Amino acid sequence: MSKIAKLRVGMASCGIASGAEPVMEMLKASSGGIPVVAVGCLGHCYAEPMVEAVLNDGSSVIYRNVKPDKADMDNILSLGENGRFTIPPERAGRELVKVLALAGRVNPIDFDDYVANGGYDGLRRALSMTPGEVVNEVLVSGLRGRGGGGFPTGRKWSFLAAKKTDRKILVCNADEGDPGAFMDRSLMESVPHQVLEGMLTAAYATGATDLVIYCRAEYPMAIDHLRTAISQISEHHLDVLNGRRVTIAIKEGAGAFVCGEETALIASLEGKRGTPRFRPPFPTDSGYRGFPTMINNVETFGNVPVIMREGGAKYAETGTAGSKGTKLFALAGDLKYPGLVEVPMGITLGEIVFEIGGAERGCVKAVQTGGPSGGCIPAELFDTPVDYDSLKQLGAIMGSGGMIVVGNDRCMVETARYFLDFTHRESCGKCTFCRVGTTRMYETLCRIVDGRGRPEDIDFLTDIAPKIKAGALCGLGQTAPNPVLATLRFFRNEYEEHINRHLCRAMQCNSMVDMSIDPDVCVKCGLCRRNCPVQAIGPDFVIDPAACTRCNSCLDACPKKAIRRIARKEN
Amino acid sequence: MEDGKFEYLSAVDGDPGNLIKGLQMVQSREGYVSDDAVKAVSEHFSTPVVEVEGVLGFYAQFKRVKPGKYRISMCDGTACHIKGSPLVREWLRQELGIDSGETTEDGMFSLETVACLGCCSLAPVISINGRVHARLTRKSLASILAKYRKEAAL
Repeated sequence: MSKIAKLRVGMASCGIASGAEPVMEMLKASSGGIPVVAVGCLGHCYAEPMVEAVLNDGSSVIYRNVKPDKADMDNILSLGENGRFTIPPERAGRELVKVLALAGRVNPIDFDDYVANGGYDGLRRALSMTPGEVVNEVLVSGLRGRGGGGFPTGRKWSFLAAKKTDRKILVCNADEGDPGAFMDRSLMESVPHQVLEGMLTAAYATGATDLVIYCRAEYPMAIDHLRTAISQISEHHLDVLNGRRVTIAIKEGAGAFVCGEETALIASLEGKRGTPRFRPPFPTDSGYRGFPTMINNVETFGNVPVIMREGGAKYAETGTAGSKGTKLFALAGDLKYPGLVEVPMGITLGEIVFEIGGAERGCVKAVQTGGPSGGCIPAELFDTPVDYDSLKQLGAIMGSGGMIVVGNDRCMVETARYFLDFTHRESCGKCTFCRVGTTRMYETLCRIVDGRGRPEDIDFLTDIAPKIKAGALCGLGQTAPNPVLATLRFFRNEYEEHINRHLCRAMQCNSMVDMSIDPDVCVKCGLCRRNCPVQAIGPDFVIDPAACTRCNSCLDACPKKAIRRIARKEN
Repeated sequence: MEDGKFEYLSAVDGDPGNLIKGLQMVQSREGYVSDDAVKAVSEHFSTPVVEVEGVLGFYAQFKRVKPGKYRISMCDGTACHIKGSPLVREWLRQELGIDSGETTEDGMFSLETVACLGCCSLAPVISINGRVHARLTRKSLASILAKYRKEAAL
């Protein structure tokens, strides 16, 4: 008799992208009757595909980077020592897993599995209280909007609760459009019921009648899991609140970043172009088709069951004075352990980047929080605590939780250009300052990166940025210049070097870089010549800078690491 | 217009609020929104053609040109960008001779750039017909494309 009670395979989008499907198939075929369950995301993307063997005594052994072959299957089924996954020691104790506690533990589309693990306990407790008491519980918890704005959730709820109308709309903002952010996707894919439990709790507390999830269409698995979960909810009559049945619908976004802004989101829900409008009236006064409408983010709803289970006061014990609870971050970029992490508010950036993310000290230049609306924080300031207010002081924002680690070999001007490329394309075009201003900033940054920067460019960028911030109607335009302002503040020297000396110290900007083969290290194996797509490398192993496109194919192919990117010699 | 080609729109209520839903239906069935489809949608939702075009042009999801058999979405999210998506674009250009928004002459591959596929920790990634291919290198990209070509030849 095997000691294994069941096998869990991480089958969120990231797991599948790493090849979890064939692993699942093979495991099913060879498990000899041990149940094999598809679960969500364990957060350790670098170790996918992951298989967890849950033993009869409740403990478990996790295997990492599992391959769909006989050796790996036998190893797992015999609880072998190979490929066992352990949390890196420096990481242990820094994370605090509350919102993600069930992610990767329960089958996302198994209602009973969720309930057996404490699911819907929070809603049950809420229903035993008056709606006013529930709002108060959330107020006491100090929860602030996790979508990036940081508005106190309890206060938002109280605005909607105060409306005396028959029909009120509750929207879950799942239009996670920040490049580099995948917290919401993971939550919806791994524990869709938890998000819905939060929504139902909010609907009970505020008297909302129509529940809508506005989810980006790029997340098919999240939509699929939510659909299944919604039908299970209605089978179990959990959608009957305040004596009447609420409706729960999913609306798919159609790919527009600005639709994360609440008034734009409402326009999109109404079937129109997703352009924002003036506030007031605020959506809680007049939103979707004129009905009072409240919009909360996925992660915000994900926190609600935690608050209801443990109580607002207990929840507020975690975090700092102004920022309570935990926050999810999507760690990516130049680090060893990219993935999804949950940390208590108030942890320092350094702890996240070095201890949890495993980035190498001395190799990190900055971290970008808040995506295209945020800013780069240089490594010297990594003892900054992560909370809404500290990050704001540095010209960055908490944002929704994307955290990109920028290594020494990345150019900060190019990074800023990248973000402006994004925002100027995503600007809806309604406000002139945003539409034209971000385009002008983008053009200026392109010029600098291309080696055609002018001395007055820095002054121009510094001048136009606050004007865009002041002249834009919505959050997109108001924050669009942030990446430029932050890099100008902390990495002004890189701008000056690009403009005045045509030097990219990160050796990233192609216009300022040549490829060079070190003849002392080169063994003339010819791999670089074979891999060069433009035949720029001669038989003498010298690269012709005129033909070379600086595509790095040779650099990646070289087994001796003899090829480097070097500063281009001025003609 | 072929008669009844867009009859499936009747599954969606004709309220103009469902315009995006209707367009998404056309997009997913046809792979793009043709001029004929615009007319049909305009009639079904009692919305002027110009407004339908306005919504179409606003959202990145909608395509007005016919895509290839294999639709490549190249992720240019932050993580993919710093992990080398500009190189991936260059490689694709060399392998297929197309840029973002184009389709190969044989109608086999089409390429579009997307903001983020949400697999940042596996960067750089592309997806082909919805299937994500992770941690791309020049070599793995070439073998992935070859696999699809082979599949198409079968």
